Order: sequence, then C-alpha cells, then structure tokens
Amino acid sequence: MLYAVLCYNDESVTSAWSKEEDDKVMRDLTAVQRKYVEAGKLGPVARLLPTTAATTLRHATGETIVIDGPFAETKEQLLGFYLIDCGSLDEVLDFARELSSANPSSGSYEIRPLALFKPGELPS
Amino acid sequence: MTDTAWIDLALVSARPQAMGALLRYFRNLDLAEEAFQEACLRALKTWPKSGPPRDPAAWLIFVGRNSGIDKVRRQARETALPPEEILSDLEDRESELADRLDGSHYRDDILRLLFVCSNPTLPATQQIALALRIVSGLSVRQIARAFLVSEAAMEQRITRAKARVAAAGIPFETPDAADRAERLAAVATMIYLVFNEGYSAMNGPEGVSADLCDEAIRLSRLLLRLFPAEPEIMGLAALLLLQHSRARARFDAHGAIVLLEDQDRRLWNKGMITEALAMIDKAMRHRRPGPYQVQAAIAALHARAERPELTDWEEIDLLYQALERLQPSPVVTLNRAVAVSKREGPEAALALVEPLGERLSGYFYYHGLRGALLKQTGRVGEARIAFDRAIALATNAAEAAYIRMQLDHLAAEPGRPDLVAEKQ
Repeated sequence: MLYAVLCYNDESVTSAWSKEEDDKVMRDLTAVQRKYVEAGKLGPVARLLPTTAATTLRHATGETIVIDGPFAETKEQLLGFYLIDCGSLDEVLDFARELSSANPSSGSYEIRPLALFKPGELPS
Repeated sequence: MTDTAWIDLALVSARPQAMGALLRYFRNLDLAEEAFQEACLRALKTWPKSGPPRDPAAWLIFVGRNSGIDKVRRQARETALPPEEILSDLEDRESELADRLDGSHYRDDILRLLFVCSNPTLPATQQIALALRIVSGLSVRQIARAFLVSEAAMEQRITRAKARVAAAGIPFETPDAADRAERLAAVATMIYLVFNEGYSAMNGPEGVSADLCDEAIRLSRLLLRLFPAEPEIMGLAALLLLQHSRARARFDAHGAIVLLEDQDRRLWNKGMITEALAMIDKAMRHRRPGPYQVQAAIAALHARAERPELTDWEEIDLLYQALERLQPSPVVTLNRAVAVSKREGPEAALALVEPLGERLSGYFYYHGLRGALLKQTGRVGEARIAFDRAIALATNAAEAAYIRMQLDHLAAEPGRPDLVAEKQ
C-alpha cells in the first residue's frame, strides 16, 4: 500500500523562520528521510512554494474561474495530486481546465509551484 | 531549535496582527507597544506550561488589551488592579475573540499599522525606523546597527517619529476601497525603502543589513497574503526576492563590488528566483502592469540568463522604455542606457546619458556609468574626470574602491568593461 504524507503548517510561522532556522529544519528532515530512502521505501519528496505563489482554478456550474491564492472551500478535501512540467502558468491552467471539464463534479484545482523535488525510487 | 524557540517565532509572526489591533484600541503607538510587550512577557511565562494557544495573535491582543487598559486606569488614578484570575481566565474568551477577529479584520489592522509607519509627513529614514521598530519589533540597537548610527541617535529618531505621528492625528476608521488602494501604494513604497536601506548599506557578504532585506521580504509576503490578487504587490515581492537572490555574489572575498555580469551565477539563490518567477507569472495574468512588475520583469531576465552573454538586452531595453512611460525618471533612463550600450554600443548610450547630467549631477551611478562609457569610446581624459566625480559621491567604501580600480585600469591599460548600474 502506498501512502501519501501531506505536510501542513501555519505559514505565518514558517515564513518567519530565518534562513538558518529553515536550513536546520530542512537538514533535520533530510536526516529522517535518509533512513527510508536507504530502505527503498521513500518515493518522491516535494516542497511547495508559499501560498502567495498559488493560483486556484475553480470549477462550478459549468464555468471555470481563476483566483490568486489557495482558496479551497473548507468542505473540500485533498483527493490527490499531479506533478506536471509546464512552461508557464497559463499552460498549467489549461491542463487544470481540461481536468475540470473531464470531471463532472465541481471542485477546485490548486496550482502550487514546487520549491524542491526529489524523485526518489520505489520498487513498483 | 531550542524548546522555547517556537514561542519566539510565534511572537514574531503574530506581532503585526497583535500590534495592529492594539493600536486600534489605544490609538497610541507607545501604549500599544507597551501592551504588546507585556503580553509577550506573559506568553513567555504561560505558554511553556499551557502549550501554545489556538490563536496566538488573539491571545496576545486579549492579554495586551487588558494590561493596557489597566495601565491607563492606573495612570488616570490609582485604582486597584483587577484580580489576576480575570486577566488569566482566557480559555473561553480566547476562542470567542479568535472567531470575531476574522481575516478581514486583521487585514485592516495590519494595513493601518503599516500605514501609520509610512506616514507621508515623516522623512523616509523615520518611516523605515518606525516600521522596523513597530511592525517588525527589531530592537533599537539592531536598527541603529543597520543604519550605522548610535543607539542614542536612533532612539531619538524613533521618538521624534512617534511624536510626529501623534501630532498628525491618525485616521483609525476602516479604510474604504479607494483609501485602501492609496495606502497600499504608500505601504509598498515603505517596504521597498526598508529593502533599499539594507541593500545599499550592505558593504560585505555578511553585512548586518541583510537582515533588513530579509525583513522587507517578510513584510512583502505578509502584504501579499493580505492582498493575494494585487499584481503590483506580487511584483514588489518578486523584485525584492530577485535582488536579494544575488546577495552572496555581489561582493568578493575582500568585500569588493562584483558587477552583475561578473557575478558567479551559481551563488545566486535558486529558491528565491523560482519563487519570484512564479509570482511574476501570476502578476502578468492580470494585465495591469505597474512599476514594480516591470522592474521585477527586468530583474527576471537577468536571473533567467545562465551566462551574461545570454542576457536578452533587447527585451530589457523595451521594459525600461515601458518603465519610462509608467514612472518617468532620469534614473530609469540611466539604467536603460546600460541596455542600449549592450545593443548599440557606447556612443548611443552616451547620447542618452549626456542630457541627464543636470538632474543627476549628484548621483554616483551617473558619473560611474558615464565614465565607463567614455572609457569604452577611448575618451580617457573625460572618463577620468567622470570617475573622479563618482568617487567623491560614493556612499560607501566598496563603491569608492570600485571606482578607484577603474581609475587604476585607466592608467594601466585602455579598455575594460563598463560599470553597469549594478542593481537592476
């Protein structure tokens, strides 16, 4: 069984970290990850850029609207995620629009550029 | 991080919200600041035992307000203190308060706080000092160090600024939409000033003023979280990140200036660049260009070039022309001249630069760039005069040393690349 571990924290706290504090947290996290990488259990690791870099495409009543920021409704839950390599925000938005039209329900697609990506390797 | 480091972090990040709300209650900067400090002291005593409250800002506002009211009462007449249980009985009230203080309320409080500090009747240096003291909570000693003045002088500067704010009378009502847009622009300028103070005072790779740059970036992110759909605020944040991303490459091991095109681009902070490029991307979608966005777009073109010779000078020239239309200034034209010199050579750039002489005669970069262009065209004698003027106008040792190096080169061999107005 594969599991996704999603990290949540208060951004006003994490963005108040100094560079030294941030580096230390990342070093400590990497140390934890190493054990699982060596055991062949850890797949991709991604860090997202701050929510100020986020864009949301919302799909409701047959229309899509684009909003700045990560404004999912609180009754919406994170159901999954994609990683995609696009040249521009417009290109990702086109992708999200296609997804939203393929998906009959309303909902939203939050677009968060990555700050860090380690592909990892899992036995399939 | 130590066991109590999380408390310091929570206090730092809650500060703008809490100070903003306390200022709204007390309408007095000194009183609001004292109340906040008192609340922080209580937090340091209480939180290690009780754990962090659900909403640290709401807790600090509540406790700070009580201690402030208390102080006002005591000053008015010697009244007995309310029983300690009332002050510390926070469990229910905290959650009640947190619910009332929803996002929009915080937003206006913080904006008002930032606006008070960017009061246009204050000179720029006082605006910056006040913002660093009140919004960021830096100590007077830290601020004095960043400004390279004595602690006593800085204390005086801040006291004067507070007195001026009090005398001017601050509007405390919730700003309407038009007011808000106007304030936002004033606040953005103030944040930019904080950044520039750090940027230009930095005289070595480990300069203390890097703190000011970090602080300005933190404030710009805060502002962007409050106004997530303002393209100019995205532009501001992107601009600061891009300029700061080069901090480690701007000086060599001896503290001498390294020009943009000579910098080791591997030292540029990739994380900051990625974040900034994402923000510019977002801003562009709004099709509402403004000066910060254009400047950020120029900085982004430098950031995108893997090697200096891959820089898209044509696009940079066009962006400077756009900036000249949005915000005409001789400094913008001076910067455009650098792009023109790359595309069309030093003669064309000189033709653009010469007419600026009257207005920029007291500007270091004007004489530095003019000297470099003259040198490129072989007018060595005139170049020397221009460099001499630049040296006289240098604001720090690194600038003076750079020009002195140019003069040495001039004496030794003809022709070496130019002085690019490095911050662009």
